[in-house]
Amino acid sequence: MNRTVVFILKSIAKAVSLMIGVSILAFTLVTVSPLDPVRMNVGNTAYNSMSPEKKAELASYWGVDTPPVERYLHWAKEFLHGNMGISLKYNRAVSEIIRQKFLNSMVLMLLAWLLSGVLGFCMGVLAGARRGGLIDKLVQGYSIVLASMPTFWIALVFLMLFAVKLQWFPFGMSVPIGMDPADVTIFDSLRHLILPTITLSVVGVANIALHTREKMIDIMESDYVLYARARGDSEWEIIRRHALRNILIPAITLQFASISEIFGGSVLVEQVFSYPGLGQAAVTAGLGGDVALLLGISVITAVFVFGGNLIANILYGVIDPRIRRGQNGGK
Amino acid sequence: METKKTILDISDLSISFVQYDRGLQQIDLPVITNLNVKVGEGEIVAVVGSSGSGKSLLAHAILGLLPENANVVGRMEFAGELLTPARILQVRGKEIALVPQSVNYLDPLMKVGPQVRNGSKKPEKIRRQKSLFQKYDLSRETEELFPFELSGGMARRVLLSAAQMHKSRLLIADEPTPGLHLAMAKRAMRDFRAFADEGNGVLLITHDIELALEVADRITVFYAGTTVEEALVTDFSSEKLLRHPYTKALWNALPQNGFRGIEGLQPYVKDMPKGCPFGPRCSNRTDACEGEIPLRQVRGGAVRCILTEEKKEA
Ligand SMILES: Nc1ncnc2c1ncn2[C@@H]1O[C@H](COP(=O)(O)OP(=O)(O)OP(=O)(O)O)[C@@H](O)[C@H]1O
Ligand SMILES: [Mg+2]
Repeated sequence: MNRTVVFILKSIAKAVSLMIGVSILAFTLVTVSPLDPVRMNVGNTAYNSMSPEKKAELASYWGVDTPPVERYLHWAKEFLHGNMGISLKYNRAVSEIIRQKFLNSMVLMLLAWLLSGVLGFCMGVLAGARRGGLIDKLVQGYSIVLASMPTFWIALVFLMLFAVKLQWFPFGMSVPIGMDPADVTIFDSLRHLILPTITLSVVGVANIALHTREKMIDIMESDYVLYARARGDSEWEIIRRHALRNILIPAITLQFASISEIFGGSVLVEQVFSYPGLGQAAVTAGLGGDVALLLGISVITAVFVFGGNLIANILYGVIDPRIRRGQNGGK
Repeated sequence: METKKTILDISDLSISFVQYDRGLQQIDLPVITNLNVKVGEGEIVAVVGSSGSGKSLLAHAILGLLPENANVVGRMEFAGELLTPARILQVRGKEIALVPQSVNYLDPLMKVGPQVRNGSKKPEKIRRQKSLFQKYDLSRETEELFPFELSGGMARRVLLSAAQMHKSRLLIADEPTPGLHLAMAKRAMRDFRAFADEGNGVLLITHDIELALEVADRITVFYAGTTVEEALVTDFSSEKLLRHPYTKALWNALPQNGFRGIEGLQPYVKDMPKGCPFGPRCSNRTDACEGEIPLRQVRGGAVRCILTEEKKEA
């Protein structure tokens, strides 16, 4: 038990220090970029017509005159207190925008994440269990074709096929266009969610299936599976008793590592489907030089990606006896 | 003495691996050629030979465990029936038990107790496993441990227990003793003897000739993927009773016979000499040794050497 606690604390410490590193990196990149954060934040026209006091106030928020380290610390402190600055493009608090966009994206990403994880896992296990069989060929064919297609292109094809041509789904946005937000039902929201979710999953599945398949093939060729065969276990018993047990740990890593890919994919998919989520906001912020929003989104995204890795690590500690009970304990 | 029934009869077994050489050139790598082994009821037959001579491959071939790129030719019979792939599926783990060569054959994420019982929770299986663990001095807590928590010797004893969970007819033990204390190794050998005495067969794979001489009834000597000699244990009492120059070299290398080794190494499969694989290291070699070398029955054993005389050597 103690071992697990130590292991978890270590994992947390690692995640936190990584997080600090990333925030420093993001902050540095944004501040050394040729964009003047003050101007970018209010827009050139507004800036030029601004009173000197207002300019000074903004300059102090962005800490233009202070040394970089102090500036970072100041920014980090404000950030931790929830003050992420004002978005230039949306003209509202960054924290508020992120919260709102995040809710939209969250449903999309969570569904796509679960769907691609579960489907990809099952496909990978079935394909790897019988290498070269029919299922393996189908799964491999599907995965290789999809993995080699750009996400935005698949999104466009889906949009054209299912929304424009077949008209099964609305083509974009999270609610029907022109509808009073009060009248939007959960079914409307769901209908708008389906196509982006499927697009995002269809791509995610390929990656997870291919990796799971590789692992599964390694396991089916391992000495312990060979020994299980020697002892008369059927292929099904081997999968149930040995393969699933051993593939669980790599599958968990894969699933949590895929969070970053889901975030990345959602940027493109949301763009194509005009889905008002975090990904779309990131694109708007990036193209519009909205420094505060961009920084906010990067840091929040990193929190999720590292959070995912942290959870994966902690699950290891609980599941893997070699960590839980120590590599050379017992005896 | 050959009136007893044969449990395992392997004749002219050849195994080759299809491999891709440089580029897309497909080559067939022969690693075992014309191998012969026989195990009768009540017998312990030791298979000896240096590393890479094909001992483990033989065990894996009998149990249908070879990888997909392996080509197997030859005749394998078990208890008078042809060992076809379908038959292998019926008998492995039931009538044929295996003690694998390495302790890495245990599933690293499964506790050893359940693993030895093949996951079964039946009371009679649990009882059997507990009594086997007790017999091999494995404490009660052992069954709750994972393989990485075992010492090498403990893992070896777990593998020995696992091979005895079923009532089988043939036990294939691939180097079952490394890591075991002498007393424990002796106990395992006594158990093999008792098992054989019940009318079963044991194929004991080892490169420890002294161990083989102590417990086995017959010795089959492998060299570079083929059987060079089948001898009775008693033949090892004198160099003159042995039939093949390689067996004699092994005999001379034993501590009690002066530890005299011979020059050279077993040839690698890719540059096998013509004819007799032992030719390049043999002091009696003639030109005829580069031709076909059949396995001949000589003095109650067998030898793959054209120079061995039928009568007792002078
Ligand atoms: N899958 C494979 N592909 C190609 N060659 C193989 C394969 N498996 C084994 N071999 C070769 O077959 C030969 C015999 O191997 P085997 O494992 O049977 O030796 P061994 O007699 O058991 O040796 P040891 O005493 O070290 O266990 C070796 O030269 C090995 O390199
Ligand atoms: Mg071996």
